[in-house]
Amino acid sequence: MRRNEAIAGYLFMLPLIIGIVFLTYGQFVYSLIISFTDQSVFGASNFVGFQNYTKLLTEDFFFWKSIKATMLYAFGSVIATQLAALAVALLLNNKHLRGKTFFRTIFYIPSIVPAVASCLLWMWMFNPDFGLFNAFLKALGLPTSKWIYAESSAVPSLVLMSAWACGAPMVIYLSGLANVPPSLLEAVDIDGGGAWTKFIHITIPMISPVLFYNTLMGVIAGFMTFTNSYVMTEGGPNNATLFVNYLIYRDAFQYNEFGYASALAWIVFLVLAVLTLIIFRFFGKKVYYGDKD
Amino acid sequence: MTRIELRKKKRKFRPSLIILYAFLIAGTFVCLVPLYWMLRSSLMSNAEIFVFPPRFFPSSWRWNNYVKTFQNFEALMYFTNTMKILVPCVIGTVLTSAMAGYALGRLSFPGKKIWFALTIGAMILPGHVVLIPLYLTYSFIGATNTYTPFYLAAWCGGGAANVFLMRQFMRTLPREYDESAMIDGASRLQIFLRILVPLCAPILITVAIFTFMFYWNDFQGPLIYLRSDNKFTLALGILSLRGAYASKWNYIMAASLVMVVPAVLLFAVGQRYFIEGIVLTGVKG
Repeated sequence: MRRNEAIAGYLFMLPLIIGIVFLTYGQFVYSLIISFTDQSVFGASNFVGFQNYTKLLTEDFFFWKSIKATMLYAFGSVIATQLAALAVALLLNNKHLRGKTFFRTIFYIPSIVPAVASCLLWMWMFNPDFGLFNAFLKALGLPTSKWIYAESSAVPSLVLMSAWACGAPMVIYLSGLANVPPSLLEAVDIDGGGAWTKFIHITIPMISPVLFYNTLMGVIAGFMTFTNSYVMTEGGPNNATLFVNYLIYRDAFQYNEFGYASALAWIVFLVLAVLTLIIFRFFGKKVYYGDKD
Repeated sequence: MTRIELRKKKRKFRPSLIILYAFLIAGTFVCLVPLYWMLRSSLMSNAEIFVFPPRFFPSSWRWNNYVKTFQNFEALMYFTNTMKILVPCVIGTVLTSAMAGYALGRLSFPGKKIWFALTIGAMILPGHVVLIPLYLTYSFIGATNTYTPFYLAAWCGGGAANVFLMRQFMRTLPREYDESAMIDGASRLQIFLRILVPLCAPILITVAIFTFMFYWNDFQGPLIYLRSDNKFTLALGILSLRGAYASKWNYIMAASLVMVVPAVLLFAVGQRYFIEGIVLTGVKG
């Protein structure tokens, strides 16, 4: 009977096991091997030791530029998106509010817009002469911007765009807020505490698991961003939006340097792993998971 | 007396609610005005689109732009191609992730913990690391410029996140169902197909919707694997339209809207499953 169950278990697992072994972890190891070679798409590859890594860290002008741009975007988009998502969720969590489902749907719609369509739309809205944003600023008598078309404003513009799609974390915050026990909030009322006290001392600790999850996922997603730099800016202007995933793509699929691009991918992976560890160390400890778990 | 009391009561919570609605309505505009801008631009003539200052409403609604966009841009071919990827991938993902979810959630077999840990690991592993070796592997077996890379990924579990969702859901169903079916002599395949699949309908729909959205939106995958224009998906096709008509923003916006509408419609229909799925990954993940 037990053996029977074990065989059944492996038969049901078979597709996943093939996927995990050959398409995930196997490729992960293969990627590490490639990173020590001068692999290109055609022809044999030679082992080159740490050459790709040393060249990246010491000679490659684009590498550091790219890391900096990516960090700026990742943190900028996390802060902007999470603040927007949390703010909307707090507004929607009001118990006297009618039409909650309606508003939730509306706020979710931007997250549904396919990435390529969204990139093209924002490119067009960012257009300095004929776009929506400058028209709006002009109408209010405010100074206009060159948005994604100038080095200094390119990353902030893409951050703004990322905050438009705050619907997914917002929905997660809403479910977190729904689990805050009303008795705790009432206790603050009895003690004479105001809305701010409730928010800081009750709401934030109670939703800290989702706050932590959303932040971590946001940092990872921000780090891996690709479509915006490929479609909207091609890494420019003056490499301001040369995000690492785009740089990897360019080195591998446009310059045909697969070995070099793999070394880059591994460095990015290590940076991301360290970043995740730091986030876990500094914020993970403060997360309140309740009495269970 | 009672009248005054009622008025007092109304006044008590009114101001804060008005501010709340004001914020929400402002937010609604922020969310929808960009999409209106897409629609408005898609209905203008190319001369009108480049008028300064920009107009908020088109002088005439040129629905004909859509006809022209479809003529210039082989929307039907790109749509068919997208469907050729989507349909088999949705079926493969739902089936193989449900199978793995059943094994991980309800069966016991040696090494289960390790496979589960590896699944969680695969969820966190950033995809960019395996992009290059996967491309080289597929190009070695001659599978680039075909849809094989998408099919293989979908039919091999369809992504660790989906397996995780399935496992979480299957675990919550009572074990008695399986046990009584076993006593009646049902095989595990029968239990899976006849008992669990119907009970798991909500999560199967959630995974199907997620998978649909993923392949409908996917850009980097098709960009890397597909080379010939006649194999392009909608996402790639719109970009090649931009290459050919660099400043025809009305056609580009029309094509973009063609891509947005099915996604929003699917969301509107399956919203409940969609949001539950997101919450399930976020809160219990």
